[in-house]
Amino acid sequence: MAKATFRIWRGNADGAEFVDYDTEVSEGMVVLDAVHRIQAEQANDMAVRWNCKAGKCGSCSAEVNGQPKLMCMTRLNDLPLDEPVTVEPMRAFPLIKDLVTDVSWNFKVKEKMKPFTPRPPDAEDGTWRMEQEDIDHVQEFRKCIECFLCQDVCHVLREHDLHDEFIGPRFFVYAASLEMHPIDTENRLEELKDSDGIGYCNITKCCTKVCPEHITITDNAIIPLKERVVDQFYDPIKKLFRVFSR
Amino acid sequence: MASYETHEYDVLIIGAGGAGLRAAIEAAVGDLKVGLVCKSLLGKAHTVMAEGGVAAALANVDERDSWRVHFADTMKGGQYLSNARMAELHAQESPDRVRELEAWGALFDRTQDGGILQRNFGGHQYPRLAHVGDRTGLEMIRALQDHGIHQGIEVHMENTVVSLLKTGDRVSGAFGYEREKGRFKIFSAKAVVLATGGVGKAYKITSNSWEYTGDGHSLAYHAGAELIDMEFVQFHPTGMVWPPSVRGILVTEGVRGEGGILTNSEGRRFMFDDIPELYVNQTADNPEEGWLYTQGDREARRPPELLTRDHIARCIVREVQEGRGSPHGGVFLDIAWIKEKIPNAPEHIRRKLPSMYHQFKELADIDITQEPMEVGPTTHYIMGGIRVDADTQMTAVPGLFAAGECAAGLHGANRLGGNSLSDLLVFGKRAGEYAARFAMENKAVPLEEAEIDAIAAHTLKPFENPPNDGNSDQTGPYDIQAQLQDKMQELVGIARSQESLAQALEEIQNLREKAESVHAIGNREYNAGWHTALDLDCLLTVSEAIALAALERRASIGAHSRDDHPEKEELGAGKYNTIIKKTGDGTMSIRREPVDELRADLQEIIDEMG
Repeated sequence: MAKATFRIWRGNADGAEFVDYDTEVSEGMVVLDAVHRIQAEQANDMAVRWNCKAGKCGSCSAEVNGQPKLMCMTRLNDLPLDEPVTVEPMRAFPLIKDLVTDVSWNFKVKEKMKPFTPRPPDAEDGTWRMEQEDIDHVQEFRKCIECFLCQDVCHVLREHDLHDEFIGPRFFVYAASLEMHPIDTENRLEELKDSDGIGYCNITKCCTKVCPEHITITDNAIIPLKERVVDQFYDPIKKLFRVFSR
Repeated sequence: MASYETHEYDVLIIGAGGAGLRAAIEAAVGDLKVGLVCKSLLGKAHTVMAEGGVAAALANVDERDSWRVHFADTMKGGQYLSNARMAELHAQESPDRVRELEAWGALFDRTQDGGILQRNFGGHQYPRLAHVGDRTGLEMIRALQDHGIHQGIEVHMENTVVSLLKTGDRVSGAFGYEREKGRFKIFSAKAVVLATGGVGKAYKITSNSWEYTGDGHSLAYHAGAELIDMEFVQFHPTGMVWPPSVRGILVTEGVRGEGGILTNSEGRRFMFDDIPELYVNQTADNPEEGWLYTQGDREARRPPELLTRDHIARCIVREVQEGRGSPHGGVFLDIAWIKEKIPNAPEHIRRKLPSMYHQFKELADIDITQEPMEVGPTTHYIMGGIRVDADTQMTAVPGLFAAGECAAGLHGANRLGGNSLSDLLVFGKRAGEYAARFAMENKAVPLEEAEIDAIAAHTLKPFENPPNDGNSDQTGPYDIQAQLQDKMQELVGIARSQESLAQALEEIQNLREKAESVHAIGNREYNAGWHTALDLDCLLTVSEAIALAALERRASIGAHSRDDHPEKEELGAGKYNTIIKKTGDGTMSIRREPVDELRADLQEIIDEMG
């Protein structure tokens, strides 16, 4: 069986460093398999988050050879194994230990956003009628598995650390899923403009590129939201119209 | 008592999958203080992996469906060992529970006239599964999570409960640790709901993640509750088999619901070879009729690939054992063949089964629109579990409730696909509702301090145990877990016998001794080795319960197959449930109880549906 070296980030907020581990690799293995093998055989106390191991839960986010990835969906076949494979935690969030970061900020952001607020049911059975084509986009956004890789790669969070002023791509996708939901009645544009900081996004599409669910974050969620914000707050004709229609 | 971080709740929910979240939402309806503890981050629990759909007789696609048909299907699928009252409540209430999710933001796929679309699934007579492509579980958990976070529930993420606390006969709270620093936490509560999911990690080949170590089963058992029908472990017929590292990952039944067929190495659709008597009248006798059924032809009968999971898993094992398996020890599941039947088949498959397409493309280099998949059985679900009252979900321990996979009764000897997502909604809600009621009607009871210090000391024992000095055969937590998984797979898997089960019980006893002295390296901070060492106790408890119950049931019925007793019912024994309880001296006892006679009106439904 072939061997490969994994250079894994070990330590906590007080200090951490790369440690090299050699382990056996076999056909079809993913990075998470190698990390598990190392954990079981050489480093019992290594911290790593994971659950489904099938790309559905979004727990095992990390940076593999510098690229934001789900470890469970990153195959060793696709990596050069003649050199060490580096595995590091997401860098946009504070380190807890080894490959595990404190992502609690994300959960707090979501809690602050205006929840889904449906209009009264329009069918007798207490439900709503919706056309499939009207929900296709929203269903795309709802594919999000909350791995937070888009947050990890976003410059506004990663380099500029604007966590207090900017909610990040994940929550623009969330906002879009609510704003474009055919039966939602809430308006979130003012928050998007002000406290959510949508203006900071300069559409570099880094988030879209790393999304393991292939959600077209920038084109389908962020840009349409930006347009809605512009329409509501900066369009002079509409502004005038609003003044007169009050 | 040493000082511990303490949280006081009216209702404490343990587990934040579908059942736990639904229970928490319900318990928080009034002004009760509700706490929710979960081992992972919110929204990552196993519900997220459910693919095919949630069963509810909405009758949106076929108006002949009703709760009565759903009830009869569930009872038949469970080989009439289910708790009929639970099957009744489940069939009656699941449509409302599904509609309610739409009010919380869920978006199911639509019918032509804008209602919730439903698909075919094994054992369901009519298209009954509300779904979102093949990611229904994600949609459900996200809807529950996004609604739940605005209900004033206090969530403790990445916290593990290691013991329930009792005061006298009543449950009074729970003791656990938080992963980040390994600090202990005490939760006092007037009522506790267990919603911890399953036990899949007791087996080597499983679709379950690290979390599924039977915590709720074990916590309830040690607190004095009963476990029922633990021998019924569902081996889902279609897990991935290649490459080795993905072995066990689920391939949704939705593939077969959309027309996928099972073939052996000779290209034969072997499911036509063995159709159980109970289902002969409902099963197609030729491929064309089966295909028409999957395409919505109301006169056609279902293809044999949509028979119940227990039966299909056994047929696959038979094909492999008799030398007609696929190259890597499974059989072929082919959806690509539908290109003979419909135009744009690849696009259709990608739209109906997007995550299956990606899963095979990315993990196995297989394009399922062009070539067949290789599949084989994988440990998926446990029908057995904590015995609860059908209406209230309360266990034998006052104040202790259970819902979802860790509770039992609904599924009998075999669960129908889609009935677990509806189970967790219907009974999650009921557990939350009745736990809240219990909390309102009963005062808090003081915690027993001596007990807590003892639990704390036990929890730290893996650090106190001496490391292997090189002279003993002492092994680490991961080794013990792997050994247990090997033994359960080999001895308590799809095919069982008196001999294999007796041996399993012996092996479990040996491993228990090893687990007592297992050593954890490092410190208490986010230490996976320590956590694995602590999980061993739960895994060993549920493994013993499964093996003991499997030994007790000397017949082959539903998911339980005894090579030495192939007949469906034991001569003279009638229909019974197996009941496990902890005795006064700490050993595990088992007894049988006859299945309750069906209420006349329910029996009528079953007779009528044939």
